[in-house]
Amino acid sequence: MAQNGLYKRAAIVGIGETEYSRDSGRSELTLALDAITAAVRDAGLAPKDIDGLLKFQVDANSEGEIAGCLGMDHLRFYGELGGAGTAGCGLVAHAAAAVATGLANNVVVYRAMNGRSGRRYGRGEVTMRGGSGLGAFTEPYGQLVPQQGLAMLARRHMHQYGTTSRQFGAVSVALRAHANLNPKATFYTTPLTLEDHQNSRYVVEPFRLFDCCLETDGACAVVVTTAERARDLPNTPAFVLSAGQCLPGYRGPLPDVTYANARTLAPGLFAGAGVTPQDINVAQIYDHFSAMVIFALEDYGFCKKGEGGPFVEEGNIQWPNGRLPVNTAGGHLSEAYLHVMNHMNEAVRQLRGASTAQVQDAELVLVDSGIGAGALILGR
Amino acid sequence: MPDFPTPLVTPDTAPFWKGCQAGQLLLQRCAACGALRYPPRPMCPQCTSKETGWVPASGRGTVYSYTVTHQALHPSLADKVPHLVILVELEEGVRITSNIVDCPPDQVRIGMPVEVVFHQVNPELTLPKFRPAGTA
Ligand SMILES: [Zn+2]
Repeated sequence: MAQNGLYKRAAIVGIGETEYSRDSGRSELTLALDAITAAVRDAGLAPKDIDGLLKFQVDANSEGEIAGCLGMDHLRFYGELGGAGTAGCGLVAHAAAAVATGLANNVVVYRAMNGRSGRRYGRGEVTMRGGSGLGAFTEPYGQLVPQQGLAMLARRHMHQYGTTSRQFGAVSVALRAHANLNPKATFYTTPLTLEDHQNSRYVVEPFRLFDCCLETDGACAVVVTTAERARDLPNTPAFVLSAGQCLPGYRGPLPDVTYANARTLAPGLFAGAGVTPQDINVAQIYDHFSAMVIFALEDYGFCKKGEGGPFVEEGNIQWPNGRLPVNTAGGHLSEAYLHVMNHMNEAVRQLRGASTAQVQDAELVLVDSGIGAGALILGR
Repeated sequence: MPDFPTPLVTPDTAPFWKGCQAGQLLLQRCAACGALRYPPRPMCPQCTSKETGWVPASGRGTVYSYTVTHQALHPSLADKVPHLVILVELEEGVRITSNIVDCPPDQVRIGMPVEVVFHQVNPELTLPKFRPAGTA
């Protein structure tokens, strides 16, 4: 019996996305509207049916502008979430809670950005603090971009468990193979071998070029509604079985940095859905860097701590034969970098039986947004 | 090339930066429970007391982890790659992000002993950096 008050009370009923490119040629507002209207149409709804809108704090559009374009005269539930790109699962969780409690009927969650032609994450153009806050104690030393902070954790993981660059590469290769099946993926036509990975230059050691996510122009959106309403809509609902967020402000003066937030969040997440990690058929994991997939696999309990490297090396995350196919559309590494919202859409496609790397009879999908900053278990 | 950002000094952090200018690596010590903390913050996360004192650290520690940035991901890195950032575990039991000096990039190892040196960036700012221990 599930212990989570949210269990099957809300569902994702519509998904939408733009094309993914290096230069969209249009505004982030237009991208957002394109993805949102596609998701609303996919849900079998009209824009006037939407009465809730949740956005990423880092998204440059305003709720009012989007509501205005969509002709909404009463947006009665809206807000935004911090945590940069890792807000995605938390936003869907908030949307689910809102519809379950009647704060809104149909809530849109979206992410739109010109992440390649506009402000670039890989260059610190969104995330740098200019020496303020905690940035005062990292940026003066030249630790400026997210790559560097996460590389610090990955280096420690290699030291403690013997994890190797080839194992990071196994993640990149598996996800590229998935992208090679997905015509929408940025790297649809470009294969990647482990040798390609090992021969690629270092960006921030220990991360090589092919350990790093893409930068993308594009947008994705989902529509969340109540379970009751979902059953009357055209698509197979992707029910929210369980949801969680984890933001540890403090883990003691000397935390073991090889453990991510997912380790704290996982017990409640799985208990909430009444399932175990072994029950999950397919996972969509926030892959800003290949190594972070290894962290997540360990901390959600898909393998033991320290065994994530061998787990990926043995082919466990690659469709169709792996025990737990991961990022079956290609992920941030090879499909698009839309802050887990492209993963969200792929999770829904898996439950609808509509993925280009379809896991047979997929019933349970885990979605992670940032090694446990947020997570969802979605099910049919 | 632009320099790295300089720290925005606040009432919470000013004693730390003044300490660096005087050649001291100061850590906060909670007046209520004695816990040490870094970076400076206005409340003790162990007991939520706001009462705090400052004590000098020995400046000795070991490398807990490190990165080597090869690509100039930001304009200020352009003339500085390969650029080393280290996370030092001080013997007092806190960690501090910094740079290593007097050490080639391929010589850095997790666990290597290091000691603090003070690097004056300008008359207003001195940063604590580290060098391999015993290289004075
Ligand atoms: Zn205290």
